[in-house]
Amino acid sequence: MKLVLRVWRQKERGAPGAFSRYEAPDASPDMSFLELLDVINEHLIVSGEQPIAFDHDCREGICGSCGMMIDGVAHGPMKATATCQLHLRHFRDGDEIQVEPWRAAAFPVIKDLVVDRGALDHIIAAGGFVTAQTGSAPDGNAILVPKRAAEEAMDAAACIGCGACIAACPNGSASLFTAAKISHLGLLPQGQPERARRVVAMVAQMDREGFGNCSWHGECEAACPKSISIDTIVRMNRDWLAACIMPKEKSRSEEGG
Amino acid sequence: MLFLWRAVVGKKIAMAVTGAIMIAFLIGHVAGNLLVFRGAVALDAWSAFLKHNAGVLWAVRAVLFVSVVLHVVAAVQVTLLDRKARPQAYARIQPQAATVASRTMRIGGLLIACFIVVHLMHLTTGTIRPAPFQEARVYDNVVGGFHIWWVALIYVVAMIVIGLHLVHGAWSWLRTLGLSRPKAEPLQRPIAAALAIVIWAGFTAIPLAILFGLVR
Amino acid sequence: MQLDARIPPGPLVQKWDNRRFSARLVNPANRRKYRVLVVGSGLAGASAAASLGELGYNVDCFCFQDSARRAHSIAAQGGINAAKNYRNDGDSVRRLFYDTVKGGDFRSREANVYRLAQISVNIIDQCVAQGVPFAREYGGLLANRSFGGAQVSRTFYARGQTGQQLLLGAYQALERQIGLGQVKMHPRTEMLDLVVEGGRARGIVVRDLVSGAVSSYAGDAVALATGGYGNAYYLSTNAKGCNATAIWRAHKRGAAFANPCYTQIHPTCIPVSGDHQSKLTLMSESLRNDGRVWIPKKKGDARAPRDIPDDERDYYLERKYPSYGNLAPRDISSRAAKEVCDEGRGVGPGGRGVYLDFADAIRRLGEGTIRERYDNLFEMYQRITAEDPYRVPMRIYPAVHYTMGGLWVDYDLMSTIPGLFVLGEANFSDHGANRLGASALMQGLADGYFILPNTVCDWLAGTKPGEVKAEDKGFRDAEAAVAARTQKLLSVGGKRTVDSFHRELGELLWSDCGMSRNDAGLKRALARIPALREEFWKEVKVPGSGVELNQSLEKAGRVSDFFELAELLCADALHRTESCGAHFREESQTPDGEARRDDANFAYVAAWEHKGEGKAPLLHQEKLEFEEVHFSQRSYK
Repeated sequence: MKLVLRVWRQKERGAPGAFSRYEAPDASPDMSFLELLDVINEHLIVSGEQPIAFDHDCREGICGSCGMMIDGVAHGPMKATATCQLHLRHFRDGDEIQVEPWRAAAFPVIKDLVVDRGALDHIIAAGGFVTAQTGSAPDGNAILVPKRAAEEAMDAAACIGCGACIAACPNGSASLFTAAKISHLGLLPQGQPERARRVVAMVAQMDREGFGNCSWHGECEAACPKSISIDTIVRMNRDWLAACIMPKEKSRSEEGG
Repeated sequence: MLFLWRAVVGKKIAMAVTGAIMIAFLIGHVAGNLLVFRGAVALDAWSAFLKHNAGVLWAVRAVLFVSVVLHVVAAVQVTLLDRKARPQAYARIQPQAATVASRTMRIGGLLIACFIVVHLMHLTTGTIRPAPFQEARVYDNVVGGFHIWWVALIYVVAMIVIGLHLVHGAWSWLRTLGLSRPKAEPLQRPIAAALAIVIWAGFTAIPLAILFGLVR
Repeated sequence: MQLDARIPPGPLVQKWDNRRFSARLVNPANRRKYRVLVVGSGLAGASAAASLGELGYNVDCFCFQDSARRAHSIAAQGGINAAKNYRNDGDSVRRLFYDTVKGGDFRSREANVYRLAQISVNIIDQCVAQGVPFAREYGGLLANRSFGGAQVSRTFYARGQTGQQLLLGAYQALERQIGLGQVKMHPRTEMLDLVVEGGRARGIVVRDLVSGAVSSYAGDAVALATGGYGNAYYLSTNAKGCNATAIWRAHKRGAAFANPCYTQIHPTCIPVSGDHQSKLTLMSESLRNDGRVWIPKKKGDARAPRDIPDDERDYYLERKYPSYGNLAPRDISSRAAKEVCDEGRGVGPGGRGVYLDFADAIRRLGEGTIRERYDNLFEMYQRITAEDPYRVPMRIYPAVHYTMGGLWVDYDLMSTIPGLFVLGEANFSDHGANRLGASALMQGLADGYFILPNTVCDWLAGTKPGEVKAEDKGFRDAEAAVAARTQKLLSVGGKRTVDSFHRELGELLWSDCGMSRNDAGLKRALARIPALREEFWKEVKVPGSGVELNQSLEKAGRVSDFFELAELLCADALHRTESCGAHFREESQTPDGEARRDDANFAYVAAWEHKGEGKAPLLHQEKLEFEEVHFSQRSYK
């Protein structure tokens, strides 16, 4: 099949960018979208041009490295699918596809489709953990975890940190990313002692990184390759409000459901 | 409280609380307005009753005023913040989940703010007088105003904007406050939509009825 | 070069205790004077960096990805083993130890494996405390499953994303230390050389992948946790960025490379669909619990699988291995698949595939049960192939998955360069010639959380902190060498892309040093690799410059190392004329085609010393003594 790509090209951080048009006359429907970029890059290199830079690693939808706006949709038209697992059979022969990097003030473009997502690490560093020094843990079965809590925590913990939620959000909000981690740890008994502290610190960091606010468009949920629910944001707001207006002890012991 | 206001989530919470207050007001407002269908005596009596309890009336007005101000200030601040968070727009964007209601919250809010000013000047203070305005003659003022087609049109259009604002707002305020529970979630959107429709229909019925001579 | 494994004295059960007791300690107040460099942020690297930070050492952690959370440990699906015996099914530290030694086909070090089994139980506790959402029973206790043919249920899991959840646990602990300022993280930074001075590892030279700047970091100890070298084969289940550059350059600086020929081929991967294929995707081994593997009896049978009647199908695993059937171990199932495809009976494009059929299981258990067990995997398969495995049998084929070989380390995880420690898949330590399912995660975390923090102190206690500075001449020289190599790659100005060379090298390795190896093939490979490498240095085209984000340049550096490593891999495979574990030499098999070990001549670790460019590597042998487990032939008939 033949596809035409209009790809954002930008030399480096802060440099002006523009779209360039590339034809891929020999695309196969079995290719992944990233493999299509590989093929285009091979042609570019041989013809003496700069290949398109894009982040990618595992190519099985779990590392969260890849991600781009494909025709105005984060990770492209397939629901619950990262760019690396998007195959060309979901496009039509002759399609012209617009490819753009994630756009957010907190995600500056480094080159072409590569952006800096370090802000997400900073949010985790601010509080997205359970303080458990190596060696100090009690037996794994010493604290019971209800199956439902473990399952719900796992739903939220499935986040791959790709940044699609931020890219898709009209406000550039990192609420879904932050809320997923807060939900994951807040649902488990191990996460309770730091629950209030965590949510306050992570939300504050989210603001410091320059992300926008959540206005419940639901674009993040639709873009998420792991289908993480915006109900996690409800939980984040609840925990945050509780942590701010209630005495610490009270919000700490608040029941998880 | 200032601590709450400083965080973006806090501003949203302020918007949710003030939004909820305004929804509650709108429910009372539309219920009162519908008395127009029971004639001049009923509506004027209701108005007189409110005026008679001036303390309560002014308390409600104060709460509403503060709510509107907080709501608007927070909305402006959050909007500016969001602009800063996404300085460069996409060349192409295809919304996947956002609704017309959610996407028009800002422009809708702006229009509503303008409408509120016009509305207060028209029917509360009588500053704008498309038709003769008489103090304490609410029924006559309303009927007189809505007999003019373009006045009725402004109100009808404004109600569509308010209805749309409510479709999203009446659903999302619970979520912003963290009160929504996943189990109740499937019902929340329909309830919010129903509420929006009821308020919209109640408010819209009045100018239309007057314009088409059903109420005179 | 001297290989001293420094295995502590005493009975097996007490060796780790003895070692921890004999190790010198660093006073808590003095720890902040020491700096440890950790390269890699996967399970081993992240857990080591976090734990060392918690202890109070200054840590610099480096990864080439944009975040510490992306290392390829994240893709591990199945689970992590631990000898908890929560199932009351006869498991014990000793049994896990025994299974691992036997599974590794008697080519691993008993003392190391025993320690791994001992520590396995602490790992689960640690991860649970961090909030890893392991699967639970209704009563709230940890759930287990049996995995990879083990007869006890000792595998802990978090859906099909165990690696992801364990890595995120370690990553979060690491981020906590970063937030506290105890660890400095350097993402998008690639290690390009090791600095050795006075016979000790003193630091590393790195390239900032965004700016291209080459700089140095000095440390009192260096720990490499940079993963395996499976990507030498081009197509593998590894992430695209996985590479051997760090360990290879350390090898060239004097670290012995052990058992490079032990490469594990995983039997259940989605087959290659065309020339564009950039990597292979693993389908969890658990599918073999209910799927039946078959191929048509007739060569070139082009009928749709459903139209082939049962008596014209060859359920070859069930036929050859009646007692284990479809659950035969990884190496055996992989080889069997290759055999039938070599006979021309393979299915799918190119004839490199066999069916994994769930029709019988669906008939027996109902589609609902199968959906419950495997839906996420079926969905993934359908996403990639556009075929519905509920209706059409899956097509699978083996693919390179894991490398048991790696830098040689002693009991303390220290390489032959003093002060250089090697962790996780990057070392050779625990899996012998074949790794068991759900053991890689266990080893990575054991090394990082528990072993290195307890052994590095002994090294540091004997070192004067900050003895060497990154401004010293040794570092300048190494930086200059790195810059020169980069310049050399950029200035070749040939016509072929890096990927085209990498693909060719991969095909060569896969055909001559893949699932089964023979003398002629290995000699052919050893003749072709240097020729191809020479062509690479003459014909490769690396666009752009060295002072920007240049992904072609990154790849070129890694591929140039793969060329050198591939040669050593084949040399090791050639020298080991026995079959053992994942290494199958056609010359060494039983009359019915099974692997035959040669314990009399090959019960040793082959540790190769680099003798300089263009010179043959020198083999050192570390004799393996088995005091607890006695040699036996694996049989799954």
